[in-house]
Amino acid sequence: MSSTKIALLANARTTARSSAAARTAVRAFATAAPTPAAPPARTSFGNLSDEDRIFTNIYGFHDFKLNGALKRGDWYKTKEILLKGHDWILNEMKESGLRGRGGAGFPSGLKWSFMNKPLDGRPRYLVVNADEGEPGTCKDREIMRHDPHKLVEGCLVAGRAMKANAAYIYIRGEFYNEASNLQVAINEAYKAGLIGKNACGSGYDFDIYIHRGAGAYICGEETALIESIEGKAGKPRLKPPFPADVGLFGCPTTVANVETVAVAPTILRRGGKWFAGFGRPRNAGTKLFCISGHVNNPCTVEEEMSIPLRELIEKHCGGVRGGWDNLLGIIPGGSSVPVLPRQICDDVLMDFDALRDVQSGLGTAAVIVMDKSTDIVQAISRLSAFYRHESCGQCTPCREGTTWLANMMTRFEHGQARPREIDMIEELSREIEGHTICALGDAAAWPVQGLIRHFRPELEARMAEFNKQQQQAATA
Amino acid sequence: MIAARSLRASALRNVIAKRSISTTPAALSDKLFVHRDTSDNNGNVKFEFTSENMERAKEIMAKYPPQYKKGAIMPLLDLGQRQLGYTSLPVMNAVAKMVEVPPMRVYEVATFYTMYNRDPVGKYFLQLCTTTPCQLCGSTEILKTIEKDLGIKVGETTKDGKFTLVEVECAGACVNAPVLAVNDDYYEDLTPATTVKVLESLKQGKPIKAGPQTGRHTCEPKGGLTTLKGEPTGPGFMVRADL
Repeated sequence: MSSTKIALLANARTTARSSAAARTAVRAFATAAPTPAAPPARTSFGNLSDEDRIFTNIYGFHDFKLNGALKRGDWYKTKEILLKGHDWILNEMKESGLRGRGGAGFPSGLKWSFMNKPLDGRPRYLVVNADEGEPGTCKDREIMRHDPHKLVEGCLVAGRAMKANAAYIYIRGEFYNEASNLQVAINEAYKAGLIGKNACGSGYDFDIYIHRGAGAYICGEETALIESIEGKAGKPRLKPPFPADVGLFGCPTTVANVETVAVAPTILRRGGKWFAGFGRPRNAGTKLFCISGHVNNPCTVEEEMSIPLRELIEKHCGGVRGGWDNLLGIIPGGSSVPVLPRQICDDVLMDFDALRDVQSGLGTAAVIVMDKSTDIVQAISRLSAFYRHESCGQCTPCREGTTWLANMMTRFEHGQARPREIDMIEELSREIEGHTICALGDAAAWPVQGLIRHFRPELEARMAEFNKQQQQAATA
Repeated sequence: MIAARSLRASALRNVIAKRSISTTPAALSDKLFVHRDTSDNNGNVKFEFTSENMERAKEIMAKYPPQYKKGAIMPLLDLGQRQLGYTSLPVMNAVAKMVEVPPMRVYEVATFYTMYNRDPVGKYFLQLCTTTPCQLCGSTEILKTIEKDLGIKVGETTKDGKFTLVEVECAGACVNAPVLAVNDDYYEDLTPATTVKVLESLKQGKPIKAGPQTGRHTCEPKGGLTTLKGEPTGPGFMVRADL
């Protein structure tokens, strides 16, 4: 190569460098400097006072019937709320920042406003999802058996916001006594003129019916639930059309979780601003947390959103069995969300955004705590068996995939596999996820993905141990 | 030496899941979906709701729009099961006639949902939850305790027809794990000792009170309340001014 050529090359290189520098300079010049985010108004959460708790009879120490409910402030000025009209209710709900409590966390005010369109002669329905079956979750049960009037009143005001004619409450079949309590509350409300014709004297007619399920987890999916009320096997429908257009009995329908509906009257009475004052922005409000598993005092408790996970457990549950250092992992939002190892649990906040950021989710806020005595592989394997059992069988990736996952996970429990199968099961879970009509396929895939993400060394160690044992057995 | 080796090998074999190349697939569900006629469960047997249950059935059917009578299939099947003890073919046929649908529509429902027992079950239908939250709290031991105490395995009925034991998926009472549902009632916070106590009381026909078996009231922390210690607030508390 001649020296001129080298010089040329060097020259070219410098031009390239200088042009790159120019580009950066130009970009810096043209882009407006990002405004620094406003410092959050509050940085510590939790420590909710009893006065701000919505479910004041969650433990059932007081009367669940109408008299007791009236004493605790239910049905207070319901007529005035109804007379304010649906726009007022929807605005308050939007302002409160309430996100659905059934797991997906969709903004409730927005969802309810999808029903806000001209009447077309068809009846409209509110369907309340009380098919609580997500492993770890047991909050709706306590609402229905101890505070049923909150739910009944919630149905009325939510129904008013959607101009609905009736509400169907779908309760899982196993909750027989809970359904009885709720039926007692509904009968009392009819008798007192709170629901039925001219509900609360507002001129608005509204009926509430209970439909009991018969033991199918999949009926917690909204379209499967609708199918089930229509007297069919609970197999989710393809969307669109969405239930807000064609839902129950072919009519516009909105499906909402028990907790979402039951908190509505209190929010409307105290104002959306009050509710929005709890938790971080976009994660507003108070929430029922169910903490089960290896804690000293498992319990259901209402706390502020965004409470640190560790504080939640140490304050209300007497801490992890054997101390925080004995913690192995936590499933923070019911069986469908990925497990978190201890180092993440140390400082994660319990809200939708914080848990999404650590690749998990708030789900139904059912915290399943596992200490170091847990066989984590077996625990997740049991969840895979659960999803295999509960898959409705409609979509092939889920029907076949959940069975496959469960079979592989059963082998993984003993380490009976090759390490490369870890990647294979991961790929399998990705093939299920997003390829099905409803989210059960995703829910089956996530726990396994979480296990691989955080406990891969444990899986590999088991496999090595198993293979060593087998070799010894063969050569002994 | 040889004995020890074969012992170890057989122990290992028990652990290893079978992975043969081609097998006949086992029943993938807990139960067979196929109906097999028996002397008291076939299409010729008559089933009628009692007059009392007929009243209930009418109440149930009034909940659904007249053109969607079939919405009542599930509650009516449940009613039939409560009357007869299980959901037999005649029950399904009676329900189909009542809601005016082809019988197959009812069969589809009865086979899809797990709470319809298409075979007779014992007087006490024991449903033990063994899903992860209960498993973490020792449901495996409870299962062993029940199996040992009653001398039956999962899915079997005792010879005297009193008890049937099944494993169920999450019962939805996880903070009260482990949970055993006996017919409609939940026995919660079980230990092997209290499980035996519950079973004994059932054997004598005097079931003890359902709910937590540790003296806990419901789902509050057993170490003492951390919230809601005072009286609940009354009507009008914190209510906005413009309402």
